[in-house]
Amino acid sequence: MSTDGARRHDGPALPATDAEPAMCFDRATLAYGDRVVWSELSMTVPQGEFLAVLGPNGSGKTSLLRALLGLAPLAGGSLDVLGGPPHRGNPDIGYVPQHGGFDRDVPLRGRDLVALGVDGHRWGFGRLSREDRAKVDSALEDVEARPYADVPIGRLSGGEQQRLRIAQALVGNPKLLLCDEPLASLDMRYQQEITDLIGGWSREKGGTVVFVTHDVNPVLGFAHRVVFVVNGRWAAGSPDDVLTSETMSGLYDAPVEVLRVRGRIVVVGESSGAGFDIDEPHHFPEPVGAHH
Amino acid sequence: MDQLLHMLSYSFAQNALIAGVLVAVVAGLVSRFVVARNMSFAVHALAEVGFTGSTGFILLGLSPVLGLLSGSLLTALFIGGLGLRIRERDAVVGVVMAFGLGLGVLFITLYARYSTAIAILFGAITTVSRGDLMLLAAVAIVTIVGLGVMYRPLTFATVDPIVAEARGVPVRFISIVFLLMLAAAVAEAVQVVGVLLILTLLITPGATAERLTSHPGFATAASIGVALLATVGGILLALLTTVPVSFYVTTIAFVCYLAARFGGPAAERLRGLGPTSQPPAD
Repeated sequence: MSTDGARRHDGPALPATDAEPAMCFDRATLAYGDRVVWSELSMTVPQGEFLAVLGPNGSGKTSLLRALLGLAPLAGGSLDVLGGPPHRGNPDIGYVPQHGGFDRDVPLRGRDLVALGVDGHRWGFGRLSREDRAKVDSALEDVEARPYADVPIGRLSGGEQQRLRIAQALVGNPKLLLCDEPLASLDMRYQQEITDLIGGWSREKGGTVVFVTHDVNPVLGFAHRVVFVVNGRWAAGSPDDVLTSETMSGLYDAPVEVLRVRGRIVVVGESSGAGFDIDEPHHFPEPVGAHH
Repeated sequence: MDQLLHMLSYSFAQNALIAGVLVAVVAGLVSRFVVARNMSFAVHALAEVGFTGSTGFILLGLSPVLGLLSGSLLTALFIGGLGLRIRERDAVVGVVMAFGLGLGVLFITLYARYSTAIAILFGAITTVSRGDLMLLAAVAIVTIVGLGVMYRPLTFATVDPIVAEARGVPVRFISIVFLLMLAAAVAEAVQVVGVLLILTLLITPGATAERLTSHPGFATAASIGVALLATVGGILLALLTTVPVSFYVTTIAFVCYLAARFGGPAAERLRGLGPTSQPPAD
């Protein structure tokens, strides 16, 4: 891919790369038993790109991450991740889960959470080497979490816990970072901070990001590509190509209008009569078929 | 003191102390994870079906300790095999426990020696034989080594299961193996405090440790410390009096918990880690 081709008005120039793509879906189908989540997905994402995964709840956004992690085998087609088939425990993949919150009393400090990202998967009692402790410190530094690294994690705010999550995911120096709704249940200020942190890492290190979100707006400044999944169908491409009234109406099989207001994108559907707003959590139009 | 030294010259007292130390280390280690994984109900089921195994083995003229171990291990396999989802787990545990205990009632009626039942229900560490001691030691060593090998991934899978799975930790496998180790730990702890008081060694130390420190390693050490204090202290006090070991163990463990519960927050306030959830003063 040439550097020119990758330049966009809303995204950074991609690093010129002759490496294998970060991921390549080829007619990939994912199903749980008889229920097809999405089918015949084809999409190639070069390394260094920021991919936003959009769609209403239950449309298989998390399943896409599980497929990349090697936790959900495909029912058909193929998927390559960083030049090979997906496999469990790939050290080149970092993972930020949906923010669930920790119990107030869990005996765990931010530092310990990040340390689990270094060696939690290894057998044995274990004690971090000096080198590993330095890695933990620098990961904490990168997300500006040093001041509260030794506080019990259950006492921290949602935004602080999510910063630690990101440090935990990045401490192993991954090439690919998977984020599952990292902004859910965070207020607006934290949403932007967390997005900047993840997008900034991608720009600085040339890492690839897959960012599952129900609201595209916080990531518009970073996303090179979006994939929208709904009701087993999908559309992938640049945000400008996918987030149009035409494409979205085709996906939903119903009239949907995409509006651009003050640099934000709002998706409005008619099927519910009330309209939907892509800004609000869980308000992508529910596909008509899902109601019947 | 003289009386204590005199008592300690008896082999039954030495056996009890050795067994007590082994049991306490296993129980303290396991307790940390029992508390973190919300498994107190499973502990109870493993102990009660262990009771059934124990009475069944006595009926057959075999070692009650071996029977207890068999009963709890079999239950662990059954629970692990039938239901691992949290939603299902409690129901499966309850179903297995109820049936198991029913069998226990049958066995103890057939044997008709209620003093034996009392010993299993409330503990009788001072009656542990040399042979049982060897068995307890072997089980303790296997469990400690196993937990040592699994310690990091078990911790990861316990505090952060979703990320652990994403990082390739075999979360399912670990939860089944932990259940088996828990069964072994239950069989051990029953020797000291009995089936009915099992939680005093498998919950209280871990719960106390959580109140003392937020450092995971220190918490594990504290949990083992509390279990040792309660068990060894309980055995020594019981040697001097006619009150059973179980009473002292439960009392010492409870006092430790109260001290941590009310002393812990005070110590925290001193270090400036007090509750952050207080409303702002405006």
